[in-house]
Amino acid sequence: MTMTAATPALRIAGLTKSYGDHAVLRGVDLDAAPGSIVALLGSNGAGKTTLVRILATLLRMDGGTAVVNGHDVATRPGDVRGSISLTGQFAAVDEILTGRENLTLIARLRHLPDPGAVADGLLARFALAEAGARRVATYSGGMRRRLDLAMSLIGDPPVIFLDEPTTGLDPEARIEVWRAVRELAAAGTTVLLTTQYLEEAEQLADRIAVLHEGRIIVDGTLAELKQLLPPAQVEYVEKQPTLEEVFLALTTTRTEI
Amino acid sequence: MPTTIRRGVADAAALSGRSLRHILRSPDTIVTTAVTPIALLLLFVCVFGGAIDTGGEEYVNYLLPGILLITVATGISYTAYRLFMDVSGGIFERFQSMPIARSAVLWGHVVTSVVANLLALALVLLVALAIGFRTGAGVLAWLGVVGILVLFTLTLTWLAVIPGLTAKSVDAVSGFSYPLIFLPFISSAFVPTAGMPGPVGWFAEHQPVTSIVDTLRDLFAGQPVGTDIWVALGWCVGLLAVAYLGAMRAHDRRVA
Repeated sequence: MTMTAATPALRIAGLTKSYGDHAVLRGVDLDAAPGSIVALLGSNGAGKTTLVRILATLLRMDGGTAVVNGHDVATRPGDVRGSISLTGQFAAVDEILTGRENLTLIARLRHLPDPGAVADGLLARFALAEAGARRVATYSGGMRRRLDLAMSLIGDPPVIFLDEPTTGLDPEARIEVWRAVRELAAAGTTVLLTTQYLEEAEQLADRIAVLHEGRIIVDGTLAELKQLLPPAQVEYVEKQPTLEEVFLALTTTRTEI
Repeated sequence: MPTTIRRGVADAAALSGRSLRHILRSPDTIVTTAVTPIALLLLFVCVFGGAIDTGGEEYVNYLLPGILLITVATGISYTAYRLFMDVSGGIFERFQSMPIARSAVLWGHVVTSVVANLLALALVLLVALAIGFRTGAGVLAWLGVVGILVLFTLTLTWLAVIPGLTAKSVDAVSGFSYPLIFLPFISSAFVPTAGMPGPVGWFAEHQPVTSIVDTLRDLFAGQPVGTDIWVALGWCVGLLAVAYLGAMRAHDRRVA
């Protein structure tokens, strides 16, 4: 699955960001084709969230360029916000409102003609129809995440950022979120998701980019990444190398340089 | 551009509706806002009042304007709290990453603050009436009272936006309003400033609360307000401008 000729939904080049003396991003390059799922893999503190916040116009970059859906993040932030949706690390839902009210609010803010109908449609789609009239404070973690995702879909933004969408979820809820993400991409939405779960990247992503020490050190399909391991090692291993082994091998060698 | 403004107003209205629902679902925040001022009102009118010489005026009539300002100072700490919860909970970032007027998020909280404070003020006023507060204010004077209280609420609310956006903990958020609650004590709100010693008296005479309290008192008494009202309005508008600019700065720093 190589890059197509289509205009990328996401084009990041040489992006840098420092907090004081601490350089978090040291020149990130990354492209994403429309309708693809790109997983940004990295350990805690690698700068995944920083990158997502910059792309979502919540943080200014120090240098480099980032273009989202054809709009430059630095110069056209308003247009970028019109093209994206952000689902942050913690479910950004209103606990005091009901699930339906949360959805209606977002639909109103997106100036859609019939907010109530949009809300009902999404409640049904995310298996929240019965809970729709209940306050979100009574929801389980998985339900909150689903509501959070549903809120991000309102207005059909072409690009969606998911920052660690399944952190803290039980396996069942995780699979539900994965299903929703696959459906999104199938419908043509570009998804950039950050995760520290290697299995998540393996399950979902068309392409996997590893963010390590402020740079994307590898970027390719799962198959391409697996070929990066020296074949000599493969002979001694009965099963295929897992992505986890690839990840650890890559990050360890780079650290030693 | 009119379309931009219309959309901005619609966004602010949607977000105001949201936080007004919060208040509707926890009306206890209105009651808690009113409890401290009502306790002070009862304490001063029924216990200390007899010992305070206000020059013949019924003490409850003398005291109420200051109590109303304390009510607002208490109420706006909830505004800071609600904003802080939005920021720390992530929904603030969701709103900021959406194609809406970014200041609409703040305006939603500000509108809600004004409504909530007016409700708490009404509650305090009812108690004051029950313990003997009487006013000779006409319609115009009442409009003046409400106008000044709304302006004062707006000023303190925009001030409250700053800790709401910048605070690192819930404690820091609630702490900021204490000085505002105590400011009326060193003013003409509880006792006439004439009896205060030199520098304290000077401070009391020249700080904003005194001119606002004196204006409200005159309006309630149905008397001409004199120049106090201009000093009061000057303080409110000036502080409002400073607070608004400070809040916008904190907002810009927060979002980018």
